Amino acid sequence: MARKPSLVVITGVGGRLGQLLARRLHRQEGIQVAGIDRRAFPRKAADIEHLRIDIRRKAAEDLFRTRQVDVIFHLGVMHDPRQGSGEHHTWNIRGTQQILEFAHRYNVPKVVILSTGDVYGPAGDNPAFITEDAPLLGAQRFAALRDLIAVDMTAQSWFWKHPEIETVVLRPAHILGATHNAVSNYLRLQRIPVLMGFDPMMQVLHEEDAVTALLAAATPGVRGVFNIVGPDALPLRKLIEVAGKETLELPHVVLPTVVNRLFQMGFAEFPSAELDYLRYAATMDGSRAREVLRFRPEYGVRDAVSAALRRDIFDGAAENGSKALRQRAAAAAVI
Amino acid sequence: MREGLRRVALEFCPKTGERLGMARSTLQDRYARIQKLGLQAANQLQAFVSADTERPLLKQLAEEVGEAAQDIAALLLSGTWRTPADEVDRRIAQLMQGQHLGEFGVDPFGYAPESLRVMVPILDFLHRVWFRAECFDLNRVPNGRVLLIANHSGQLPFDGAVIASAMLLEHEPPRMPRTMVEKFATALPGFGDLVYRSGSVTGLPDNCRRLLENDECVLVFPEGARGISKPFHERYRMTAFGHGFMRLALETHTPIVPIAVVGAEEQTINIFDFKLLAKILHTPSLAITPLMPFIGPLAMLPSPVKYRIYFGEPLTFEGDPNDDEAVIAPKVAVVRNAIQVMMERGLRERRGYFV
Repeated sequence: MARKPSLVVITGVGGRLGQLLARRLHRQEGIQVAGIDRRAFPRKAADIEHLRIDIRRKAAEDLFRTRQVDVIFHLGVMHDPRQGSGEHHTWNIRGTQQILEFAHRYNVPKVVILSTGDVYGPAGDNPAFITEDAPLLGAQRFAALRDLIAVDMTAQSWFWKHPEIETVVLRPAHILGATHNAVSNYLRLQRIPVLMGFDPMMQVLHEEDAVTALLAAATPGVRGVFNIVGPDALPLRKLIEVAGKETLELPHVVLPTVVNRLFQMGFAEFPSAELDYLRYAATMDGSRAREVLRFRPEYGVRDAVSAALRRDIFDGAAENGSKALRQRAAAAAVI
Repeated sequence: MREGLRRVALEFCPKTGERLGMARSTLQDRYARIQKLGLQAANQLQAFVSADTERPLLKQLAEEVGEAAQDIAALLLSGTWRTPADEVDRRIAQLMQGQHLGEFGVDPFGYAPESLRVMVPILDFLHRVWFRAECFDLNRVPNGRVLLIANHSGQLPFDGAVIASAMLLEHEPPRMPRTMVEKFATALPGFGDLVYRSGSVTGLPDNCRRLLENDECVLVFPEGARGISKPFHERYRMTAFGHGFMRLALETHTPIVPIAVVGAEEQTINIFDFKLLAKILHTPSLAITPLMPFIGPLAMLPSPVKYRIYFGEPLTFEGDPNDDEAVIAPKVAVVRNAIQVMMERGLRERRGYFV
């Protein structure tokens, strides 16, 4: 077919998911991938374009102005609460607003925005199946999340402001992989802190499955908000058992105070609000993505956990399927 | 001020008086007066106990406790209270059959039938030994989706545990009731490990609806915290029922089995609800019991009262689940009345609190 290749723009292409998505897309026929990210893209394939600029800069607009973009994957959202919060806030909200503006101004028919399942937030009164209509209470106790909620809401407002654009918002469960997100880092600890007497249900998602979901979201005709969940939910301690780690049982009564003090002094890696994730569940209902996107996770919990733990060997093994990965992980464990 | 204190000391502490150099005769007089007061009190108590010839309360209670203690001792010595291991295996295997369990043997709500194995000895003990629970018409609970609606009492939810153990250890086929628990309880430690793993879920309509659609057996106490924390003088007077369960039953076409628990009201005597402390501890109520000044929080543990659990005929209701309160209320009243009738029967039939 002598069709003009469709142009796919990926923001935040330098991140782990951006790289995986770009690699997966550029192998497909008739797709030209252009990434936007200030960060580097190591071992980038030659035919992937990479603009090392800030999305808020004028130069980013030139890409949209000069060429017809068919799909935008907006992954350029910072999730790390340890970054300076002012920068974090404007980057996420401005950046998202900007991307959506471009889509509107230059007639991009499809925008896929990667939000996060954290927008719901862990709470004792969460239902076991949080649906997409649930209120976004994630920032109730964890203020650092408020910009992620604003990003999600901004994207949602595009549904009615610009119904001609197919906007898709994905809210994935905790993504595990060769990346530095909170859950992957948590599972990499030597002894893993848990709260005595609490064992919430957890949902994890293999990074390759997250990419699969992003691709499924780009299907023409699809719009709306989707929870993306991986294999079956499991208790936190079971997850740690799968990771082959030992737990460090901590009392929940004094811990928040101690952790907050340590965080203020720069010793703790996370603020105490994150302890809620060890206390309460925030498990989502993934049935909408299953029915509409036809999304099925291919990787099990064990695959996802080993993806987070074996960073070094993971890069090559990802495409070889879970069996090869498991064997390599097992071999590595023996060594 | 000092003079006042000295006088109080002299009046009530003869030993101190001696040290303060009071005349021996005065002291002897004081001792005699105190002795006399003590005797008077003892006489009054005796009179109070024996004057109640209709129902010599203390005497009867003492007899009942003695009988209960003998029963408990006999049960413990015989060892018959434990469910045999092969029976436990069979029951748990049967429970797992109809369940949608994931790779790790846990359902999406956090229920893991395998982990009930740890709970069985505890349930055995509560059900057969401590409360010597007697179940009436347990076989009225139908298979498939069903809502168990019970009165709630006893300060701590042992009534739920005993209904659950009846369904798990005595009902055929075994069912593990999925108990809807108060939202506040999810903040308590131990909740994650024990309560969720044994099948309880946070008491939200959405959770209940999904469980019923999976044809589960769901246990609801529509009185909630109001019911369980009643003061002692309001025992066996059910508080208002919530209407949520009826709407869910109408929506999912679920039969309702009313359950009356008799006996649990007397397990922990709530003489005073310490509202301020409850607020500080984020609990809906905090009962002060007569023994609390002596043994502290241990006084919340239940005394070995005898449980009688009456299961009613399944009731089915038809109608629009989104109807006015005025339409739902009479339907709820039917269930409440069914429980009331069984409760009165239980109160008539029982010989005492402990037997």
